Amino acid sequence: MEQLSWTGALGPWLNPAIGAAVLAFGIAAIAHMFVALLTAGQRLQHAPGTAARHSPLAYRLTRGGLSLALGALVVVALAYLVGGILLPPDQKGIIGYLSTRFLPVWIALGLTFALSFAFRRRLGLYGHLFDNPVGMIGLGLVLFWVFTAVFAEMIVTFDPVRDVLPGMKNRAPGTPLANPAQGQFDHYLLGGDMLARDVFSRMVAGARVVLAIAPAATLFAFMVGIVLGLPAGYLGGRFDSILSFAANLVMAFPVILLFFLLVTPEIVEMGVPAYMAAVLFLFPIIFLVILWNARYRTHPMRRNILVGLTFLIGGWLYLGLAWDADPLGLISIPDGVLIVFVSVVFVNSPTVFRIVRGLTLDIRTRDYVAAAQTRGEGAWYIMLWEILPNARGPLLVDFCLRIGYTTILLGTLGFFGLGLPPDSPDWGSSINAGRGLLQVFPFPPLVPAVAIMSLVLGLNLLADGLREESLKD
Amino acid sequence: MALFILRRLGVMVLTALCMTLIVFALTNLPPNLEKLAKTQAGTRITDDEVHSWLERNGYSAPILRRYGEWLGVVPASVATDAAGNVVGGRCLRGVRSTSIERVPRYCGVLQGEWGYSTKFRVPVSDLVTERLARTGVLMFWAFATMVPLALIFGVLAGMREGSVTDRTLSTISIASTSTPEYVSGVVFVVVFASSAVGLKWFTGSAKSAVNGITFENFTLPVATIALYGMGYIARMTRASMAEVMTAQYIRTARLKGVKFRDIVLRHALRNALIAPFTIVMLQFPWLLTGVVIVEALFVYPGFGDALVQGAQNNDIDLLLAVSVVAVVVVLVTQLISDIGYALLNPRIRVS
Repeated sequence: MEQLSWTGALGPWLNPAIGAAVLAFGIAAIAHMFVALLTAGQRLQHAPGTAARHSPLAYRLTRGGLSLALGALVVVALAYLVGGILLPPDQKGIIGYLSTRFLPVWIALGLTFALSFAFRRRLGLYGHLFDNPVGMIGLGLVLFWVFTAVFAEMIVTFDPVRDVLPGMKNRAPGTPLANPAQGQFDHYLLGGDMLARDVFSRMVAGARVVLAIAPAATLFAFMVGIVLGLPAGYLGGRFDSILSFAANLVMAFPVILLFFLLVTPEIVEMGVPAYMAAVLFLFPIIFLVILWNARYRTHPMRRNILVGLTFLIGGWLYLGLAWDADPLGLISIPDGVLIVFVSVVFVNSPTVFRIVRGLTLDIRTRDYVAAAQTRGEGAWYIMLWEILPNARGPLLVDFCLRIGYTTILLGTLGFFGLGLPPDSPDWGSSINAGRGLLQVFPFPPLVPAVAIMSLVLGLNLLADGLREESLKD
Repeated sequence: MALFILRRLGVMVLTALCMTLIVFALTNLPPNLEKLAKTQAGTRITDDEVHSWLERNGYSAPILRRYGEWLGVVPASVATDAAGNVVGGRCLRGVRSTSIERVPRYCGVLQGEWGYSTKFRVPVSDLVTERLARTGVLMFWAFATMVPLALIFGVLAGMREGSVTDRTLSTISIASTSTPEYVSGVVFVVVFASSAVGLKWFTGSAKSAVNGITFENFTLPVATIALYGMGYIARMTRASMAEVMTAQYIRTARLKGVKFRDIVLRHALRNALIAPFTIVMLQFPWLLTGVVIVEALFVYPGFGDALVQGAQNNDIDLLLAVSVVAVVVVLVTQLISDIGYALLNPRIRVS
C-alpha cells in the first residue's frame, strides 16, 4: 500500500486541462472587466431582467469567452468526479475514492433534480427555482449535504468516534493503513486528526449532527417568533411593548456571552436550560392548537380530533424532549444536544419575532384583513389564516437564511467547546480540536471548515434564488 | 428630537439594568459561587471552608442585596472576625487588610468602582480599559478595510442590476456572508501563514501585535473580521443603489443625456448611501462575536479574550463590566443610527 495522490491515474490528463481552464477563465474575466468598463458609455441601459439590445462586438466577444471558459472549468471538474468513479480501484486518487464513496449522494441528487426538473411547472415556487441558476446551485449544495447526512452510514469509511487507529495520528490525506484488517477500508482519505481518527468520516458524520439540529432549531425559533409576533403586531398595545422590550433585550445581549452563560456545566447543573426547554418546546403545541381551533371552530368534531391528536402526539414528544420523561421510553435527546438546541432557539427567536411583527404591521392594513374583520372572524383566525399565509414569501426566504445562521452559531458553540461532547464529530468541535496545530497539520480543521462554508453558502444562494423567484410573481 | 433621545436613553438604562441583573443572577448561582471559591482558595477545600470563604468575601448576602452593592446603592457588607478586625468584604477584594474606618461604605458602579477581577487579579476598570483599547485598534482597521470595500462592491453591483459585474460581485458578497470567522481564519492561516504548505506571508498569531502592530501580524485578524461583515454591507448597498437607480429623477437625468458616470457619482450615490449608513452602525454589536472568535484564534489579548476568560472562570465583576460595555455599545450605535438616518434623510422626521 502506498500513499494516494490526489488525482490518481487521471492526473496526467486532467491536471493540465484544469490549469488551462483556470488560466482561460482568469484572462477572460479580466478582459471582460476592462471591455465592460471601456464600453460602458456605448451600451444602452437596460431594465433588470432584459438584455442590452446594443452592445459592441468586443463586449459580446469577451462575454462569450467568459461563459466558454466557465463551461470548460465545470466540465473538467465533472471529469474528475465521474472519471474517479469509473477508474479501477488501484488507479484511483483521493478525489476518485471520495467521489466513489459519495455515489449514493450523486444518485439521489440526480434523481431529485431530474424529477423536479421534469415537473417544475407544477411545483409552484420550488419549481420556479429551476429557472434560476443561482438558486439551482444553492439547492444542489444544500441537497448534497442533506443526502450526505441521510446516507452517512453508507459513506463513512471508519467509525467517526470509536475508530482510533495506531500510527494514524495527524497523517496526511491518502495515507494507507499500516496493516488493515480484513474488509476494512485501507486509507485515511483526508488524513487523520490529532487523536488518529479519520477526518473524512468525521466530516460526513458531522453533517448528520449539524443537519439534525440546525433546521429543527430554526423551526422552533419560527414557532416561538410566530406565536408571539403575530399578536404583538396585530393587537399592539402593552402586550407589544413588553414583548418588544424583551426581544430587544435578548438581541442586545452579545450572543457569545449568552452562550457562555447558558452552556457552562454549573448552569446546566442548576437546570436553567432544562426550564428554558420546557418553556420553548411548548410553543409548537400552542401554535398548532390555536391554528386548528381558529380554523375549525365551526366544526367541533373535526376540531376536537385535531386538537386531541396535537395534544397526544405533541405532549408525548414534549415529555420526551423537554423533560426526558417519555412514558414509552422511545424519545429522548442527549443532554448536550438539548442545551445547544435550546440556546440556539433562544438566540434566534427574538429576530424572528421582530420580522413577523413587522410583516404583521404591514399586512394588517390590507383590504382582505378588513374584509375578514367585517365578516366577524376571530382575531386568531385573521392572524393565522389571513395574515400568516400572506407573509409566507419573506418568511420562507428568512427561514433558509436562518438555517445558515444557525449552522454558523452551532459552529461557534463547537469552536469554543461549548455544549456538545468533545468527541462529537460536529464541524465546530472538529475545528476547535484541530486549531491548535493548524499551522503544521492543516487538514483536520480545514475539512470541516470547508464543509460549513459550503453548506451555508448553499443555503444563502438558495435563499437568494427563492427571493428572486418570489419577487417575479 | 430632544424628547426622543431622552426616551431612548431611558430605555437604554432600563435595558442595561435588566441585562446586568440577568448576568448577575446567572453568575451568582450557588454552583458558580462554589466553583469560584474553589478556584480562589484551593480546589480541595471542604464545604464549610467554601461557605466561610464566601461569607468572608461578601458573596453570601441575598442576591438582590448583592446586586445593589454592585450597583452602589446599597452599602457593601464587611466581614469582621470575633475581635472586630476586618477580614474581608466586597470593597476589600484585592486590597490588603486595613482598619474598619478606612473601608468605604459604598463601592459600586455608581461610585466608579467596577470591582476586582478574580481571574486576572487586577481592578476590572484597568483591565477593561486596556483590553478595549486593543480591541478598538482591531475594530478600527477592520472597519477601515471593510466599509470602503463593501460600499464600492455594492455601488458597482447596484448601478447595473443584472449585469455580469452585478452577478459576480453579488456572488462574492454571498460567499463572504457564508464564511464565518472561524472558517475564514482557518483558511487564511493555512494559506498565508502555515509553515507546512502555506505562503508564509503573515504570522498566524497576533500575540506580538500587543507590542506594536505590523503588517505581518495584523493583516490576517483584520481580514478575517472584515470578510464576514463585508458581504452584508455590500448586499445592502447594492439593494439601496439598485432602488435609487430606478427612481424617476435618475431616468430624467438619463433622458437629458447626462453621462452615466455623472449620474452615478452626482445623482445616485448620495441617496444610495443613506441605508448602508444605518447598516454599518448596526454592525458594531454584531462584530463582537467575530472579535471574540478572532481573538481566540489569533491569540490576541483583547476585549473578546477578556470575555472568554471571564466566562470560563466565572469572574463575576469582569463579566458584568463586559456586558455593560457590550450593551452600551449596542444601544449607542442603535441611537446614532436612528438619529443619523433622520438627519441624512430629510423626508423622515422622528416622531
